[in-house]
Amino acid sequence: MKNKTNFNSTFYLLIIPVFIWLIFMIVIPHIELLISSFLVEDDMGEMVISFDNYIEFFSQKIYWLTFVKTAAYSIGVTLLAFIVAFPIAFYLTKVASKKSASFLILLLIIPLWVGELVTVYGWMVLLGDNGVINHFLMSTGIINTPINMLYTDFSMVIGLLYMSVLFMVIPVMSSLESLDDSLIEAACDLGASKWVIFTRIIIPYSMPGITSGSIIVFMLVIGDYLAPNLLGGKNSLWFTEQIYNNFLQTFNWNEGAAFGFLLLILSSALVWVALKLSGQKLEKVGS
Amino acid sequence: MIRSLPDSFIYRITYNAYVLLFFAFLVMPLLAISVLAFNDSNFISLPWNGFTLDWFFSSTDERQGLFSDEELLASIVTSLTTGFFVAIMSTLVGTLAAILFEEEQFRLKGLLYFLALAPLVIPGVILGISILLTATAAGNHIEDSFGLDIELFRPSYWLVVLGQFSFAATYVMLLVSARLKKFDRTLEEAALSLKATRLEAIWYVTIPFLRPAIIGAFVVAFILSFSNINTTIFLIGSDPTLPIDLYSRIRFSSTPVLNAVSFMIVLAITALAIINVFVNGSKK
Repeated sequence: MKNKTNFNSTFYLLIIPVFIWLIFMIVIPHIELLISSFLVEDDMGEMVISFDNYIEFFSQKIYWLTFVKTAAYSIGVTLLAFIVAFPIAFYLTKVASKKSASFLILLLIIPLWVGELVTVYGWMVLLGDNGVINHFLMSTGIINTPINMLYTDFSMVIGLLYMSVLFMVIPVMSSLESLDDSLIEAACDLGASKWVIFTRIIIPYSMPGITSGSIIVFMLVIGDYLAPNLLGGKNSLWFTEQIYNNFLQTFNWNEGAAFGFLLLILSSALVWVALKLSGQKLEKVGS
Repeated sequence: MIRSLPDSFIYRITYNAYVLLFFAFLVMPLLAISVLAFNDSNFISLPWNGFTLDWFFSSTDERQGLFSDEELLASIVTSLTTGFFVAIMSTLVGTLAAILFEEEQFRLKGLLYFLALAPLVIPGVILGISILLTATAAGNHIEDSFGLDIELFRPSYWLVVLGQFSFAATYVMLLVSARLKKFDRTLEEAALSLKATRLEAIWYVTIPFLRPAIIGAFVVAFILSFSNINTTIFLIGSDPTLPIDLYSRIRFSSTPVLNAVSFMIVLAITALAIINVFVNGSKK
């Protein structure tokens, strides 16, 4: 009997803090976000329920165009990240010697931990009109006038790719690690070409890692603010910037809440589709 | 293709060149800011004018170095203490959550677990604005009802801590869960059959087993907090964290002191990463 009560009190000790965290920091804030998005100030200064914030979004071309552009670019950057990251993940797990792989993994961790702001700033220093790259190209005589790279969609995509690509490399690496080399050797002995080995063995085997990586990269990119804001040009509008402007510049919080809710719907829907298509569970994404 | 199979010369050369290019891409921005932190120039660009430590130590009006810039130092302290509190809170709650979801069975477990994972797929911006809206609403309500003005419910230091905690706990939970999956439950059962209470079994058997993961998760939570900007920017009060301070400087008044700070961050992170590899390496 004593054991039973102890068991219960320990259970409550575990669940109460977790419950408080989830209810107060996750559930209530998102309900509040949803409610706020349906409120507008009427002529008397009272808050009333209305669809105006959402109507505003659909009636202003700039808003929904930015929304569509952000979604399309995020999918594009995710694909790009996969193409760039896959050979690297394969190299680190299957090609490089253990010793050089551990050194290279160290090099991978550093930009990941340094944080986005520092690396975005690094790209500003590199890509600017007076930046390092233009300086080298001009001093070696390859070009005479600086190439305009900073504040364009090009620099924005570079920044987005840079901050997200490692989140593709790492999950793909961890799924490739358990791939038995003898499968590839056997296929090779039976005369399979590299392409066949790649598409019939390696890719299917690493699909869980690819799914996790794609979801994380997509979420990071669609929710990013620094790269579009600091590296993008006047035309490189990102949907998060609209939310920031509503909250921090025009102080139209309710419209910002509506935009935030739309972003949440968009990102959750795309993640859901990705999970359904690959038959993977959300908990796998984190590990 | 793999270590044990021979490849054509062209294939090997192309592949290695690509890997080299990728790592150059990775290192370039960090290398550029680090080198330019020592450039004797008032602008953040080449040409190289010679070596100087002014952007660290100088305190003239023209060149205010990192260590004499009180605003910058204050924001570093803010970031360090914020990171510390966030790491403490999220390590505690995240570890409890890991034990709860791995070892207990209860109603609505699936739903709670889904909520605990949700911060992985909620953009940081959304967390920031939702928490800001909720805190403001709660603050207004308390002020109207009781006439009290509570700082926590306005954008402030502690609201930043809470906001960063809300997602950092998820990462702690995942890191601790990964180790808990390898835990042999019979050890806990043995403790229980030797008349330990459940709490004692967790404290003396499970937690010591989890210690490396808990320490690792603490460091990760600290780094998440230290570099966060998406959530923090909405919750910040009168004392900015380092990334927020740097962000406004980048937008409005860039001087090479930014490079000096960035260099220090790169240096600290490199040291941490080396320690991490060293610790993980010696464990195997």
